[in-house]
Amino acid sequence: AQPKTKKTLGKTGVKNVVVVEGVRIPFLQSGTSYADLMPHDLARAALQGLLTRTSVPRDVVDYIVYGTVIQEVKTSNVAREAALGAGFSDKTPAHTVTMACISSNQAMTTGVGMIAAGQCDVVVAGGVELMSDVPIRHSRKMRKTMLTLNRAKTLGQKLSLISKIRPDYFTPELPAVAEFSTSETMGHSADRLAAAFGVSRLEQDEYALRSHSLAKKAQDEGLLQDVVPFKVPGKDTVTKDNGIRPSSLEQMGKLKPAFVKPYGTVTAANSSFLTDGASAMLIMSEEKALAMGYKPKAYLRDFVYVSQDPKDQLLLGPTYATPKVLEKAGLTLGDIDVFEFHEAFAGQILANLKAMDSDWFAQNYMGRKSKVGAPPLDKFNTWGGSLSLGHPFGATGCRLVITAAHRLKKEGGQYGLVAACAAGGQ
Amino acid sequence: MCPWQERGAGRENSCNTCDFSSLGYACRNISTSSALQNRTHVSCDIKGDVAVVRFNTPNSKVNTLSKQLSAEFTDVMNEIWANEAVRSAVLISSKPGSFIAGADLNMLEACKTAQEVTQLSQDGQKMLEKIENSPKPVVAAISGSCLGGGLEVGLPAAFDMMLTGRNIRADRAKKMGLVDQLVEPLGPGLKTPEARTIEYLEEVAINFARGLANKTVSAKRSRGLMQRLTDYAMALPFVRQQVYKTVESKVQKQTKGLYPAPLKIIEVVKTGLDQGNDAGYLIEAQSFGQLAVTKESKALMGLYHGQVHCKKNKFGNPQKEVKTLAVLGAGLMGAGIAQVSVDKGIKTILKDTAQKGLDRGQQQVYKGLNSKVKKKSLTSFERDSILSNLMGQLDYKGFEKADMVIEAVFEDINVKHKVLKEVEAVIPAHCVFASNTSALPISQIAAASKRPEKVIGMHYFSPVDKMQLLEIITTDKTSQDTAASAVAVGLKQGKVVIVVKDGPGFYTTRCLGPMLSEVVRVLQEGIDPKKVDAISTAFGFPVGAATLIDEVGVDVATHVAEDLGKAFGQRFGGGSIDLFKLMVQKGFLGRKAGKGFYVYQEGVKNRSVNSGMDEILQKFRVPPLSHSCSDEDIQMRLVTRFVNEAAMCLQEGILSNPLEGDIGAVFGLGFPPCLGGPFRFADSYGARQLVDKLRKYEAVYGSQFTPCQLLLDHANSPSKKFHQ
Repeated sequence: AQPKTKKTLGKTGVKNVVVVEGVRIPFLQSGTSYADLMPHDLARAALQGLLTRTSVPRDVVDYIVYGTVIQEVKTSNVAREAALGAGFSDKTPAHTVTMACISSNQAMTTGVGMIAAGQCDVVVAGGVELMSDVPIRHSRKMRKTMLTLNRAKTLGQKLSLISKIRPDYFTPELPAVAEFSTSETMGHSADRLAAAFGVSRLEQDEYALRSHSLAKKAQDEGLLQDVVPFKVPGKDTVTKDNGIRPSSLEQMGKLKPAFVKPYGTVTAANSSFLTDGASAMLIMSEEKALAMGYKPKAYLRDFVYVSQDPKDQLLLGPTYATPKVLEKAGLTLGDIDVFEFHEAFAGQILANLKAMDSDWFAQNYMGRKSKVGAPPLDKFNTWGGSLSLGHPFGATGCRLVITAAHRLKKEGGQYGLVAACAAGGQ
Repeated sequence: MCPWQERGAGRENSCNTCDFSSLGYACRNISTSSALQNRTHVSCDIKGDVAVVRFNTPNSKVNTLSKQLSAEFTDVMNEIWANEAVRSAVLISSKPGSFIAGADLNMLEACKTAQEVTQLSQDGQKMLEKIENSPKPVVAAISGSCLGGGLEVGLPAAFDMMLTGRNIRADRAKKMGLVDQLVEPLGPGLKTPEARTIEYLEEVAINFARGLANKTVSAKRSRGLMQRLTDYAMALPFVRQQVYKTVESKVQKQTKGLYPAPLKIIEVVKTGLDQGNDAGYLIEAQSFGQLAVTKESKALMGLYHGQVHCKKNKFGNPQKEVKTLAVLGAGLMGAGIAQVSVDKGIKTILKDTAQKGLDRGQQQVYKGLNSKVKKKSLTSFERDSILSNLMGQLDYKGFEKADMVIEAVFEDINVKHKVLKEVEAVIPAHCVFASNTSALPISQIAAASKRPEKVIGMHYFSPVDKMQLLEIITTDKTSQDTAASAVAVGLKQGKVVIVVKDGPGFYTTRCLGPMLSEVVRVLQEGIDPKKVDAISTAFGFPVGAATLIDEVGVDVATHVAEDLGKAFGQRFGGGSIDLFKLMVQKGFLGRKAGKGFYVYQEGVKNRSVNSGMDEILQKFRVPPLSHSCSDEDIQMRLVTRFVNEAAMCLQEGILSNPLEGDIGAVFGLGFPPCLGGPFRFADSYGARQLVDKLRKYEAVYGSQFTPCQLLLDHANSPSKKFHQ
């Protein structure tokens, strides 16, 4: 298709930053084929996929940034472990960032900043999450005893410490599934958010069904070109996302609410599921990409981060960020050809759409004169979203960006807008 | 059968919402108003097959069970039962934060006889019985306080709540089986959080009601194993007898038999369980009638009105809201004041002169907040974010932004003058300087000030986070706006505020002085501290008189007694101040020193009498005067001196009215609540009788018992009452 000719968003004096390529390994429901791997294995596979796809010489890469949420303590700088394992030069530094569900967004914008500041020309950004295995710790009391035991010198001291251990010391400590500041689980908050905006159960189920149907269609039509196959050690090669399951409204209607019982509206079917997966993206300065003979897939122009009340507005980030980033870029909602929003919960997406379409909310909570407007659904997540494709926390951001780039190309659009909400109210 | 004390003594309930519901989504906007009569308190909407009954007492923050409301409610319910299109009903309040706060006190007070109240109660019972047996399911959607009779409207099928007038949080209520479902408050959406939450509550309740009518959901509360075991056991008469006995003795112990209601309630429950519902309802209504006209009831209702009065700022809004507060001195009081300010969102500077004292104070604030985290009334995150507004420091940094400074430094006029001068050099012009002193006259402190119109007294009570009273002291020079500002801060801190004129000991300390002096005298007569405590608590004081001295601190008491003794002379005589002085010398400073009249040890509950006191008491021993040292005499000696001094404060214009005098005595000094305060007590006991007692003791002990003129006036004209 012929690209529309609108104004460029390039800024004088600032380097143009481009996406050369972005890939991801198939996103799988946790506990399936990736269950026995470690996070850096997934990240390594994504990095290797990127190298294979782009044939970029390894020593050209100046820096690697990865995002992740639940850290495996053995590989706390998972970016470095994965890079070494993927055969990158051991002279390429790597660091890991975390910002809940927008961790890989943070990885990408970190890269953008480095390139724009002239620190680097070529950065690999990505994200990884392995929910099949999470660190479960001994209780604090037990840990304290074990650490003191290390320092105990005599057998008597050791025995006296051991004798203090009680059965409750063995209660394990699970990683918190709740917001630390409020102790509220995200699903519970999403349910309250949906109720606050009057989003019905049926609307949520319909939206979730749409996500699964569109994802299935995109998968069948081969539109999800960002997926690279992954030969899992000891298992078959994984080539496809396995969480896409278009169901029926009747079946979805039968599910009981998962968080606010018994009258809530958020269920397993209209929420994103626990996912294993990793993504990787090659970003460069425009000159470098052109010099190396690459045709950029997209220009990364503007970004904003916002944050708000982690209790009642936990998942409203997109509502706050959208008008801000549009203003920064000098665009209006109508200029955007492609929207890719992270779907944590159907209720969260619909609440955001309603909030963006409300003058009252804009005036009373965002300090704006009027609403920004809701994105039209025919431009919105038309190849599925996190509800259906899956949501490995740290990896989703790169998927959103590369999907937006692919959709722009396919549909002949010029501007894409990516938004996501994250724990912590950001 | 909830006693109305709940309302008088209760704090506002936490604004959690609770209700009942089922799945799905409500169809709104199909309301057709059925009743066209002019109802003002209760309205009814029909939404499909569900009737929504809304309570809304006009011109009031809360809904109360008044005659009008009850009558309209009965009307509405009768219509609902008669309307075939309606299959279930939802009861809800139009006021966010209040379902029904209990019986209308004005209504009860208007009743002249027990029979009238009994009649009211029976009418109410009939209505509630009808709801309980309603053929159409009735769902109560409760947001906020639901007390007393309101609870019965909400939960007719549930257990009556008995005895202790405590507030139950929504999640606890669910655990206790009082409510079926909870609805968490919502955040902002397309409407304000409050408006949307109550709308959501209604939607959920309508669905629940509809589900109950369609039998798609069941309201049966599943009984746990414990519940089933308890039910089984309670069916056995001998177990029941045992339970009654235990409960009765527990109540006896808590109330010392001074509050008739709890015992009556047990009697009612007993009758209900043993002889069936009808007998139970009858005796319930009768008992309620009897209780409503007791003097205890009048006293407590008086306190309720007083509390409402003292929650208003009679000086109006101050010109500038206090956003930054500085507290000088991180001792018990200073840290306590900092705690109740910072947790209300006031930026608070806590300044001390030594790192050690500051650390202790900051730890006190942390501990106070953390205990709320342990009780789950605060999250650890909220605790941290509150503490981020507390700045502990040793210098005057940031005082240029302070809107108010409260000093809680050592009680010495020279120290007070020194800090006043230091502070005035750094604070902005509008900043109020408040002194938290318990006895030093404010005008004396203000004498060192360049701007006496900005100086005021704010007398807090220890422990500050528990004691509800704040006594504000204005001098002749204190400006209206300064007073307005101080009251506003006090109210924000959650205090019940009385405003009094300046003078030695103001109001509260001055009333306490003569009583404590008499306590010393009683101790000198050879009555041991335990006995003194027992006698005073038996009269209704929450803390025994000897323990009280330990709590206040013997050094502080000595200081105050000396100052006031100088100012008032013989009227503050009685006990020997040298006894206190010797105690101070020996280091028996009270609880804070671990030793006073008692020995205080960490973790030891039954404290023992300090044997070191024997020698001291022996030294100051005076012979008891035989015809005035029965227990009752001792009680009266303490109380009459208290009341006499309170009346004197009113006479001299220190107090502006008896109501604040009662509130100050009960909430600040623990004057027996069942007596309603010194002025209420003077009315009910009779001024004549009081004066007679005073005269009797005057003859024996001397002029400290001479009744004041105001009391004599009241005694001479029986129609004169402090409270009409």
